[in-house]
Parts: sequence; C-alpha cells; structure tokens
Amino acid sequence: MMQTQKPGDRIFPDQTGERYTLRAQNVTKRYGATVALNDAHLEVKKGESHALVGRNGAGKSTLVSILTGLASPDQGIVEFSGQIAPPLTDREEWRRKVACVYQKSTIIPTLSVAENLYLNRQQRSGPTISWRRMRREAQELLDSWSLPVKAADLADTLTVEQRQMVEIARALSFGADFIILDEPTAQLDGKGIDRLFTRMRALQEGDISTLFISHHLAEIFEICDTVTVFRDARHILTAPVASMNHDELVSAMTGEQGKVDLRGGASTIREGAPVLTVDKLSLDGLYDGVSFDVAPGEVLGVTGSGSSGRIALAESIAGLRKPSSGTVQVAGQAVKPGSVPDALRAGIGFVPRDRHHEGLVEGLSLAENITMTVPSRISRHGIISNKRRDAFAQRMIDELSIRASGPEQVVGSLSGGNQQKVVMGRAIADRPKALVLMHPTAGVDVRSKATLLESINSVRSDGAAVLIVSDELDDLRPCDRLIVMVHGRIVKEFNRDWADADVVAATEGITEQ
Amino acid sequence: MTQLQTAPAGTGGLDPRPRRHLQIARLRDLALIPALILVCALGAIISPVFLSPQNLINILQQQSEISLVVLGQAIVMIAGRMDLSLESTVGLAPGLAAWLILPSGLAHGLGAELPGWLAVPITLLAGLIVGLLNGLLIVRFRLNGFIVTLGMLITLRGLLNGISGGQTFFGLPESMTYLGSTRWLGAPAEIWVSLILFASGIFVLGYTRVGRSLYAIGGNAAAAKAGGIRVDRTVWVALIVASLLAAVAGIMLAGRLGSVAAVSGNGWIFTVFAAAVIGGISLNGGRGTIFGAFTGILLLFTVQNVLTLAGVSASWINFLNGAIILGALVISRLASGKDQND
Ligand SMILES: Nc1ncnc2c1ncn2[C@@H]1O[C@H](COP(=O)(O)OP(=O)(O)OP(=O)(O)O)[C@@H](O)[C@H]1O
Ligand SMILES: [Mg+2]
Repeated sequence: MMQTQKPGDRIFPDQTGERYTLRAQNVTKRYGATVALNDAHLEVKKGESHALVGRNGAGKSTLVSILTGLASPDQGIVEFSGQIAPPLTDREEWRRKVACVYQKSTIIPTLSVAENLYLNRQQRSGPTISWRRMRREAQELLDSWSLPVKAADLADTLTVEQRQMVEIARALSFGADFIILDEPTAQLDGKGIDRLFTRMRALQEGDISTLFISHHLAEIFEICDTVTVFRDARHILTAPVASMNHDELVSAMTGEQGKVDLRGGASTIREGAPVLTVDKLSLDGLYDGVSFDVAPGEVLGVTGSGSSGRIALAESIAGLRKPSSGTVQVAGQAVKPGSVPDALRAGIGFVPRDRHHEGLVEGLSLAENITMTVPSRISRHGIISNKRRDAFAQRMIDELSIRASGPEQVVGSLSGGNQQKVVMGRAIADRPKALVLMHPTAGVDVRSKATLLESINSVRSDGAAVLIVSDELDDLRPCDRLIVMVHGRIVKEFNRDWADADVVAATEGITEQ
Repeated sequence: MTQLQTAPAGTGGLDPRPRRHLQIARLRDLALIPALILVCALGAIISPVFLSPQNLINILQQQSEISLVVLGQAIVMIAGRMDLSLESTVGLAPGLAAWLILPSGLAHGLGAELPGWLAVPITLLAGLIVGLLNGLLIVRFRLNGFIVTLGMLITLRGLLNGISGGQTFFGLPESMTYLGSTRWLGAPAEIWVSLILFASGIFVLGYTRVGRSLYAIGGNAAAAKAGGIRVDRTVWVALIVASLLAAVAGIMLAGRLGSVAAVSGNGWIFTVFAAAVIGGISLNGGRGTIFGAFTGILLLFTVQNVLTLAGVSASWINFLNGAIILGALVISRLASGKDQND
C-alpha cells in the first residue's frame, strides 16, 4: 500500500473528506495476471444512494471485498468519513464502519437462522449467550421483514430467496452508516425487491449511505441518486442518475454504441411430436397437476411468484426433486423421476436455481466444470484427454463470452456473472433434447444476456425443447408461449405477443375468472 | 422494474419447504440416549455385576483418559479440521516429562533428573508446543491438516520411541501419578476431571461467542470471516486446546498405570474418531455437540464392558471393537436420521 498514515489519521486536514462516507482512490488489485481493478476510484457522499454498474468481471465485487476489509488493495487508499480504513486484522472495526450483503452467500448452513443473524454478536448476559433473547430478537427482525421463517430453523432449510432476505436483514440491522449491497436483487422475487427498496428509501432519509450493485438497470433508475460505471477494471464515469438514460448507461458499460437486443430470434417451432411432455405432475404442497407439452424448437416460459411452485416444478423435471405423482417424457420416453443422472441420460440439460449449491464445483477449473456432464465428448477409449477438454471449454468460453484467464481458471475465482455463464455452458454442452433453465440470467450483465439468449436460440433451432423458468420479463422474451402459475397450478397461458401488464396481473392472481 | 410483481401479501410469498430438520436438530443431541439405555438394560440382564456402582465407576474411569482426546478432537472437528496427532501426544507429553526427570539406567531417564514437581508443567508445555506447531503448519503455512497431523503423529510417536529406546518409563514422580491414582469424593479423580472438562466444553461451545465461532468456521469459513470472526486465530486456539487435552489425558493415563510405555496411546485415534462421529460430530465440520461426543465415547465403553461381563474371550476383543464401532455408526445413523457424510 502507498499510504504511510496510520488508521484513523485524517488525510484531508481541511476536512473536505468528511463530506464523503467513502473515498477510495487509486485502487489497483491484481490476481496473478488478471488485473481486477486498475487505478479505480469511488466516492460516496453522506446519505447518498450510489449505484455501481459494469459488465461481468468489471471488478465490482473485487472493490466490495476491498471496501469491507476482506482483501487489501495492491495499491490505493480507502477512507471512511475522512479516516483511513482500519487494518485488515481488525474485523471489529471494519464491521462498525460498513455492513455488506456480499454477492456470494455468507449464510452458514449448519447454524440456525437466529445465529446467522447475530453471528459473532450474539445477545449475552455476562459472558454467556442468551439463546432465548437471541431467538426472540431474531424472530422480531424476521417478522419485521415479513419473512415466513422461524428463527430456530437451520439456515440449511431456507430457499435461495429466503437466504438472501436473511442476509439483507442482517446487514441492515448493524446500524452501520454505510451499507454495501452486491447484487442483492439477483436472487429475489418482486415482492422481496419491493421490501428491500422500501427499506433503502428509509435509510436514505436517515442519512445512511448505500452502495448498490445490480445488473437490472431499471432498479438503479428507481432507487439511486448517483451512478458509477466501471469497465475493464477502470472507473469510467460518475454522474447523477437523472442525467443519464438506459442506453447511455449501457454504452458506458460496454464501450459500444447501440441498443442491446433482448428479443431473441424468430420462432423456430417445428412440426412433429412434442419433445418434452409433462403429464399431471404433482409434488405435495408445492405444485399440483401440472401438464404441458413443448414442441421441437419451441421455447416455453413458466413464470409466477415465489410461492407459485415454478422452481420446484422445474427442479422436478431436471431430476433434482422427486415429484409425488405424474410423469415427464422426453421424445416419448418416460424419465425416471428424482434422478439427475437419468434426466441427463434422457437428454435434459438444466441450469439450477442456485449455482453454488447445485451448479458448480468451485474448487475445480472452468474446463472441468463445463465438461462435467459430457465425459464422452472429451475422452478417447474412456480416458479423458486434457487437450480435448480445454479445447471444448475454450469453445464455450468464446461462445458465451466468459471472462476468464483461460480454461484452467478455478471456477470459484470467476466473477458471479461469469460463473452463471459456466453453468449455462454446461447445460448446453451436451446438445440437450430438452433444456430447463431456472433464472438463467441471474447476475449476468445486459450485454451478456443477449449472448446467452443467442445460445438458447442455437439450441432451439437444433430442434430442442426449451423451458425458461423465471420471473424476469427480459428472460422470457424469447418464449413462444408463456404459462403463469399461482399456488402450484397453471392459471393462464399467453401466446407470443403478450402484454407485460397482463402477465404481471396474472402472476398476482388477478385473473378474470 | 423488470421483475414481475408477486402474489399479494398473506400468501407466504416464498417457497415453503419442509421443516423436518428443526426437530431433528434438537433431538440429535440426545440421539444416543436410547441406545445407551438399551445397552445398560442388556448389561443388567447379562450380569448382575453390571449395575453395581463399582462397575459403573469402572466404565467411567476406563474411558476418562480417552474421553479427553474425544473432547479435543470434537472441538477441532466442529471447527472443520481434524487432528490425527492427538494420540501420539498422549504418549509423548508425559513421556518427555518422565525422560527429563527420571534417572538414567533402569528407569530409562535421560539423567537430567529435573525436580519431580516439573512433571506436570513439562507435560502441558509439550502439549502446548505440539498444538502450536500444528497450528503453525496448518494455519500459518496453509498446509493440509490431514497430512500435517498424520506426519506429526508419526514424528511424535517416533520421538517417544527414540527417547525411551522402546522401553517403558517406571517410577514416575508423585506429582505425575496423583491425578490417575487419587479419589475425590469417593470416585477416582480422573472421572471428575473428565466430567468437569466436558461440562466446560459444553458451556464454552454452547454459550460463548468463541465457542459458537468454532461452529461458524466449520460451517462456512469464508462466511465466518466476513462475519467478523478471526478464523485463523480461532482454529489455532482449537488445535492448541486439543493438544493440551491430549497431554492431560497422558498424565492421567501415566498416573493410573504408574508408567509411560513407548506405545502409550497407540491406536486410540480410531476409537476417538468413531466416538465423535457416533456422537453426531460431522467430519465436515460445523455440526454436533460436545454432549453428543460424550455419549459417543460412553456408549462404546459401555458396550465393551457388557461384552467383557458376558465372558467374551480376549482374543476376540479387537474384532468386536471394530464391529461395535460399525454397529454404533449404523445405530446412530438410524437414530439421528442424519447423513454422516455431511
Ligand atoms: N480470487 C481470484 N483469483 C483470480 N481472479 C480473480 C479472483 N477474484 C476475482 N478475480 C477476477 O477479477 C475480475 C473481476 O471480478 P469481480 O468479481 O470483481 O467482477 P464483478 O464486476 O463483480 O462481476 P459480476 O458482475 O459478474 O459479479 C474477474 O476477471 C475475476 O475472474
Ligand atoms: Mg460481482
């Protein structure tokens, strides 16, 4: 580090630093040959809601880990309210300065929700933890966020959305006057996002500063005052949100002019027997009697709220869950329920809801992850050839424009959006007959969304059936048909030219009966 | 907003999932109690001696030394690590003390003849140093914990063999034999030491922030760090505490037997791991309780006692020990309904 000052020293004796909750200057961070941050800077004023945007791998999360004391910059100065940041080992002090919702889950699955909320600051009487008080206060906190979760539950049992809400509730409960939220909405449904935004507005009124990272640019226009754009590890611009429009923001992020087209190509539906047939599929308490067909080359969308059972349905088709009754057929052949290997063998590729749990082996390389389901394509006489594997992975890297140092980079060190692309690459690696995509673009930047949509297009024009399960309208654009689920049942079906407002109304259960 | 609105309030909003885990988590602690009661009932039927106070005290005393190693191992395992070297510390730590204190010649001492009262401090110091070394290699130098402690196991075992010449140290100073040979309140002191240390373990791991941070580290070390826990330091402390407990176990064993053999503690580590896992401690860290670990080792020793009372021949004991461990694993898997691989 360049600084010679001691923690707590003022670097701006004229006190101009005090107008800023955060000032980070000349920050550079390298990981081996990769430059994650290149002389970047960021200033957040008191009480400001500041957006940080940039493409996948632009260095946003790297900056977050530097701003929260998890990593030290190779160069540069970080100061909070005019004071130099504490040393890395002083975790307590960092926690007082800044609270954070990290992009990657920091929930500890083996502990109760209550303990996760009050990790390392458990309620005590004397030196002894008071479990009763901790549970009670945790329950109050959960209730205040109207989360249908019991404080004593193991965090393991929570859904992805619930886990994300618990992280948010925790970060906001510290009472820190600077809060960082790294893609908090990528794993939330609309209702959760509303609750978060209500709180964020209250924070703004309380003069608390926030740094908000998201790939949903509309959210930035809704909730932030100022926006900073990073591109290729560098600071590009900082401007009032009101002074920019969507397209200007996108060109600042991509460095290219022109609109991003998210509509997907023309329909490629073919004549012929359906590729994917779901018949009276039910899973107790989650969804009930769901039937549909998907024709060759067709893209079917499934949407609905968090309680609609759409994810459970998709997980059952992919073999991650076992339905209690009903059948799934691929090209007329019944698939054994509740088994991923059988689903894969039947030709079902899938992108799971939670890439960390079900999607990736973080310690393995990108190449190993992406070829995991296709040993036959990269081996000769049963022996895996590294050369073939890396060549295969390199093709995927190019096709999906994954930002990585090469096929050998460990997946855990990729940026969040690039990890998602790896999951996608694996799903399409084996040329699936049927593709089940759950929130396929979670955490993926605007430009890369278009790339992913193109790869979906190439799969479907080969005659595969594609099922997109999502609550993001942008994800659903390429769909030929769209079905809406409410409380585990299909309530409505739309054809290609749906109006967004009608879909929204249908998911809310406002259907004209 | 590009996200869809969701169902109106009052409908839950988020995927409900079965809450089955909750009750199990609470009961897991007590999972072995029914098995213990069953074994005791069998014991009582097989032999009238089983329920006699003398026999029950015997069981507790026989397991008291190894139980301390189980306690140490449980602490390390909850933090997501493992320490294979504990069993060799049981022998080496008191062995080193005996070597430095005993005269040369028949007692196999070095001849340094340090004063006898130094025996316990030396033993504890040896434990402390082993723990520090393990921590240095694992935490500071980031070496693999399994291999480091395996290497340490072999090294320490070899060191004891070297200083003792493969012989047994006899004629230990009184300060060293005290714990293993005294009675407090009508029961061997060893039993009290073991019970008190377990009670402290239950308290620290259940009711203090330091103890809970061990669970957090074992559950997800990166998240624990983000949550403000000093992961490295805490793991280091856990390793040191475990080695110290092994040293105390060594003192007690030396005291009870009146000697330190070159093979002292040999082969314990398997029983220790088995007891911990049977008691519900996860090999992957973050799960299990100290009370559970205690019931684990208690169950193993009670079963052995019952077998002995039933007159099972000594030549079958090793086979049966192994079979008991496997059987107990199956029982605890059934009783707790918990996957031991996670
Ligand atoms: N531990 C690491 N080892 C190697 N490279 C790393 C590591 N952490 C980050 N990187 C690299 O640094 C770059 C920036 O990553 P970062 O996670 O900051 O991106 P991001 O802007 O948060 O992207 P996203 O929108 O996808 O989350 C990426 O190219 C990534 O591969
Ligand atoms: Mg990121």
